[in-house]
Amino acid sequence: MATSKKETGAKAVLGKIVRHQLFIPVAALLILAIFNLIADPSFYKITLGYSNDGNPILSGYIMTILDYGSELAILAIGMTLVTAASGGQDISVGATIAIAGSVILRVLCGTESRPETLKAPIIVAFLVAVVVSMLFGAFNGVLVAYFKIQPMVATLILFTAGRSIAAWINNNELPIISDPKFGYFGGFIPGIPIPTTFFITVICVIIIMLVLKFTTLGLYTQSVGINESSSRLNGLNPAFIKFLSFVILGICVAVVGLIKVSRLSTINYSVVAKDIEMDAILAVALGGNALSGGKFNMTASILGAYVIQFLTTTLYKFKVQSDALPAYKAIVVIALVVMSAPIVRDWMSKTWKNLTKGNKAKEVA
Amino acid sequence: MSEKDMKKVGAPKQKVGMTDTNLLLTITIVVFFAMYIGAILFQGKGFLKPQTFLNILNANASLIIVACGMSIVMITGGIDISVGGVVALVSMCCAVYLDFKGGNVFVAILIAILIGLAFGMVQGFLVAYLDIQPFIVSLAGMFFARGMTTIVNTKPFNVANEQFKQLKETRIIVPGLGSVNKLGKYVNAYVEIGVIVALICVIVLFIMLRWTKLGRGFYAVGGNQQSALMLGINVKKTKFLSHTICGLLAGIGGFVYFMHVGSGSASHASGMEMNAIASSIIGGTMLTGGVGNIIGTFFGVLSLSTIQNIVSSAGLDQAWWTGITIASMLCLFLVVQSVVMARSKKKTQKK
Repeated sequence: MATSKKETGAKAVLGKIVRHQLFIPVAALLILAIFNLIADPSFYKITLGYSNDGNPILSGYIMTILDYGSELAILAIGMTLVTAASGGQDISVGATIAIAGSVILRVLCGTESRPETLKAPIIVAFLVAVVVSMLFGAFNGVLVAYFKIQPMVATLILFTAGRSIAAWINNNELPIISDPKFGYFGGFIPGIPIPTTFFITVICVIIIMLVLKFTTLGLYTQSVGINESSSRLNGLNPAFIKFLSFVILGICVAVVGLIKVSRLSTINYSVVAKDIEMDAILAVALGGNALSGGKFNMTASILGAYVIQFLTTTLYKFKVQSDALPAYKAIVVIALVVMSAPIVRDWMSKTWKNLTKGNKAKEVA
Repeated sequence: MSEKDMKKVGAPKQKVGMTDTNLLLTITIVVFFAMYIGAILFQGKGFLKPQTFLNILNANASLIIVACGMSIVMITGGIDISVGGVVALVSMCCAVYLDFKGGNVFVAILIAILIGLAFGMVQGFLVAYLDIQPFIVSLAGMFFARGMTTIVNTKPFNVANEQFKQLKETRIIVPGLGSVNKLGKYVNAYVEIGVIVALICVIVLFIMLRWTKLGRGFYAVGGNQQSALMLGINVKKTKFLSHTICGLLAGIGGFVYFMHVGSGSASHASGMEMNAIASSIIGGTMLTGGVGNIIGTFFGVLSLSTIQNIVSSAGLDQAWWTGITIASMLCLFLVVQSVVMARSKKKTQKK
């Protein structure tokens, strides 16, 4: 008796773990980590090197994941809110990043393409970019919330026009900033060997966690996503919540825009942040959040972003061409969505039950 | 008798106002003609030549075919953003087969159709029977197709197969539309084979959507899945078929695209899915499903490419103008759609 009780207890715990939302990203992370450990343990090697200026920097695949995964994590924060509130995704983030980056360069450089000194403090340029991205987010938000256009289609407009607008802002020139301070945001601050992007992400995560903890944003967003009309009847303003989620995504986009231009000290309108919208959506999906809106788990999304970057870096390590990368990612995506589809889950649990029943029957016999 | 009664009941309804489909279709066609006439008036005689119009058709035959497939999926209430990737994959596979293997053109056509069908059926299965969001499925499809294109061959190259070149350079002369060129020679107006294929596709699909059971099933499923189910329509099968047809058309469109450009490259047809969606929307297909028309899509493609022509011939050559104009046009049509939707909703509520 006792043993069987224990078993059911263990089973219940196991079931709880499997059903927990963090299970999918953590399991994916573990599978990738073990795969790398077996294939080549040098994946985890971190070396302390020195940059050209003599500053200590840590380098290694793990650092790359931390560095580039951070951009995705910041985007995933905004994308999770948009997904939860509107039940759709914003596919214009890549293009809006180009706009934000272009605005930053425009403010810093003025009309010169290679200024000796910065025309404005970096913080001013960043704030201008934040305002501009929030405006573009608001544009998407108005179309989605007030004109009731499907999010993917409403954002299709900026997806087509965004990079063109970005090129237009700088008159299609490619300004280069020589000030080394500007490179800190996407690189390393002298004396600190950990990529700055990681700290930026930590700040963003802390802010969003505080907001979710101390305001009703999270609750309202989920209730609008779950049932729009009933949340309206309960006195919420669904249109405004949706609008707000797009504006918040705009802020996230501006932060990533700053990181992106800081990495290169310049911008390439057609290439910067290309396909990043797909990765951001993927991060949300990998976090186990329903892409049709409703409940969300911010931690799972952020973890999902790092898992995506883990996968990308692993593929790069195995000398997969950057152009062929999408094919492998697609297989992972399909495997994930098929596994998480309700129909497949039902079917799996049924067959699992049948199997265990069969075993029990045998035992009895 | 009952049919007559039905007609009697139905008749006054139609007189009250145009249906959403017809209203959106009319807007599209009017906008297209207004734009074209405007182009003739302000941009000089270039647009008056029939060949200018035929060139728009030549360049966009593949887009017409692909956009038709997109419309069907959108009418059924889904979306397929993998079509651009499929077009690139088809053209690369055909190019490799024809050039490196010295293959037969007809086998190449078969390859194109099979690739398209395979994509359509797999995606259709995932969407219809496993109930996964079409956007995510076709997003993965797009990733997969683009990635496979580079795996098949990395470098872009031109095809030198003789049989294919013959096919590619076949021109069909349109009688009575020729014009006299600067040297005083009479030049025949022509279209490529792709245009004929595109027109056949448009006509066949138009007939299918309007007069077959399957075609009406698409509208029913897109309009209201629940009531379609209660009417005895096999919703899953209908969804599956809509994606299959879209994939098939993407395959055919891919070969037509390949015939037009005559080369294989991983960067081919980039952004084509967005153009196809945009043309469908401009043509009056609603994203919410249930409303749409193939003729509208046809005019949607024409409007989109005419605006591109106008922008480039107006001297606004900087690349960004095309993107911005297309986007603002898309924005306009989307807003019009949403206003129409709101209006029809109010009407039904009043009733």
